[in-house]
Amino acid sequence: MAIRRRDFLLSSAVAAASVALPRLARGTEAASIYDIERFGNARILHTTDTHAQLNPVYFREPSINIGIGDMAGRPPHLVGRAFLERFGIRSDSADAYAFTSIEFEKSAGRFGKLGGFAHLKTLIDRLRNDVGEKRTILVDGGDLWQGTGLANVMQGRDMVEVANLLGIEAMTGHWEFTYGEQALRDNLEHFKGEFLAQNVFLTEEAAFNDAAAFDKTTGRVFKPSIIKELGGHRVAVIGQAFPYVPIAHPKRFTPDWTFGIREEELQKHVDALRGTDKVDAVILLSHNGMDVDLKLASRVSGIDVILGGHTHDAVPQPIAVKNSGGTTLVTNAGSNGKFLAVLDLALDKGRVSDVKYHLLPVYSELLKPDPAMAELIGKLRAPVVTDWSEKIATPDRLLYRRDNFVGPVDELICAALRTELDAEIALSPGFRWGLTALSGQPITMEDVLAETAITYPETYVQEMTGAEIKDVLEDVCDNLFNADPYHQQGGDMVRSGGLSYACSPTNAIGSRISELKLDNGRAISATRRYKVAGWASVNGQQGAPVWDVVGKYLRSGRMFQEKLGSGVTLKGVDGNPGIAG
Amino acid sequence: MTVHTGPHPTRRLILQGAVSVALIGLGNLPFVPAHAAANDKYPEEAFKLKNEADAIKALYGRTAEPSDKVKLDAPEIAENGGVVPMSVTTTLDKVSSISFFVAENPNALAASYKFPDGTIPAVANRLKMAKTSNVTAIVEADGKLYSATKEVKVTVGGCGG
Repeated sequence: MAIRRRDFLLSSAVAAASVALPRLARGTEAASIYDIERFGNARILHTTDTHAQLNPVYFREPSINIGIGDMAGRPPHLVGRAFLERFGIRSDSADAYAFTSIEFEKSAGRFGKLGGFAHLKTLIDRLRNDVGEKRTILVDGGDLWQGTGLANVMQGRDMVEVANLLGIEAMTGHWEFTYGEQALRDNLEHFKGEFLAQNVFLTEEAAFNDAAAFDKTTGRVFKPSIIKELGGHRVAVIGQAFPYVPIAHPKRFTPDWTFGIREEELQKHVDALRGTDKVDAVILLSHNGMDVDLKLASRVSGIDVILGGHTHDAVPQPIAVKNSGGTTLVTNAGSNGKFLAVLDLALDKGRVSDVKYHLLPVYSELLKPDPAMAELIGKLRAPVVTDWSEKIATPDRLLYRRDNFVGPVDELICAALRTELDAEIALSPGFRWGLTALSGQPITMEDVLAETAITYPETYVQEMTGAEIKDVLEDVCDNLFNADPYHQQGGDMVRSGGLSYACSPTNAIGSRISELKLDNGRAISATRRYKVAGWASVNGQQGAPVWDVVGKYLRSGRMFQEKLGSGVTLKGVDGNPGIAG
Repeated sequence: MTVHTGPHPTRRLILQGAVSVALIGLGNLPFVPAHAAANDKYPEEAFKLKNEADAIKALYGRTAEPSDKVKLDAPEIAENGGVVPMSVTTTLDKVSSISFFVAENPNALAASYKFPDGTIPAVANRLKMAKTSNVTAIVEADGKLYSATKEVKVTVGGCGG
């Protein structure tokens, strides 16, 4: 612990010189990185995409996060050293560990785990107390209720209790919807804050059948926004749920609801908040993803700050975007509880005159866990997770998921699917949640569930022609690299096992994927049929849950396959700063 | 606080149903080729053509100019390619027809509506889309053609996030 503390001190001192962030300026003791200079008259605290990670975690940020077209080389599509340079972070600092994948394992030993709700609670309470009552609001951008075995079993109810104790006053959603309408509504009955979504409407059939809605005139299912008085000024917070829920997930979870970005409805709502309700500031609490938010900020006017999530981008400073009404700041606050965003606003009548923004890494080594929250977490976990505590494998390398194309976690899942289901090829979704495990550390079923716990985990085996396989790869690849951010759904490339291919991200759909080969080097034929295993299908499937398949595989003592799943050769993106050198 | 964004959904559904019925009813009328939208005949030839430009020519006999007075509302990504909701409204006067073209569908002309004098020029319908495509709405107003185009993505789905 003493060594760790010294590491933090060192890193804070050097970072202060190069970054000049106020929180690092008085680094006389480690915890002072959380001393934020008083600024303005209102403080908004923002968490997002915590994925129900109650305890501190290791989470390696991506080493590949390619942006193409207008998005090339711009945040959030910077990784490694390009990221450090852009944001002025020293490569051996704690912040470099928190924000990038550089020397991850080495730094993990120095700086420890991040996040955890008991640690977050301590930090949040401190930052609220610093500015006093009636000057702060805590908001969450969604993906709060999903990501662990516990949350899956409890359908997110554990996280509602945690959110209430944490003091979340408003949230929006994404994976929250995958528990279905009834479970969502049951949870919201218990949630003390507001669930906001300006972009979820009844389908015409549901409206005709008089389905429940917040506002039957507009068809809006949820309250679109709240207005809170902060520091004597009126601040509106609008919720923007993930726009593509019924496309990215099985439609059966939300049959009565239709989503979308809904720019026009958003603009009208912003105009009404400003014109009719005379608010002094408008904040969009968004689960669009950062590229979508950057485009939206250029087209919708009157929003001061978009507090963003979904794409799990930890971006230390807001990006300013010009639009017809002025400038909108766009942020993205990372994932898994690693970060707490602090937005300090200087509010005047009808306007925000200045802002300061900090994306604080939640170093669990530096924060004393809040006792009440620690007790609640223990109480929630105890009856459920003991069944998952058996050590089932000890990987010989770092396990992580985040990267655009491949990651060791998904290589393992694909190896398990191919072996257990006797398939030539495996496909696994490119989720961006899921934890990192250090090499040589035993993993448990709870760890497996933290990579797989969803409400549609059923595995499948089906025959697909080579042409169909290519079409799937092309379709998902377009979700990442479509030149228009509004045509991206977020997430990373579908993972493949037993298959290698080349990818040209800058090409158009239909011509990005080439050179498809089986692991034995034989070219995939467009007309031949292949046995393909997978999970998380948007169509109903009947196979065993993927966690059971992976658990069985690991328990049998098997691990990585000799040929490490698929190899993906990238073309046409040499020198892209979204690829770590 | 209430923000009114349009007609009551229920009412919109009924209106939409009425237009669909009328469109099907037109199917029995005899075919007259040229400038069909300008008269009362069913534009059978235009509906049969594959290419968008050919279909526009067959339907209207001329080309349209893009206009910000035509508002085409369609999703960025379709939630179900089989039934993609789209609507057109316009601030143009003397609207006599509104037509929808899906460039990548097997037959580009998807629907064409006629507006008697004094009718509010608004139409909402659901179109079947084979794949990702530009959708073009053409409004015929005071004898001239105006258009708006939006790309609608059709995807097999999956995630993400």
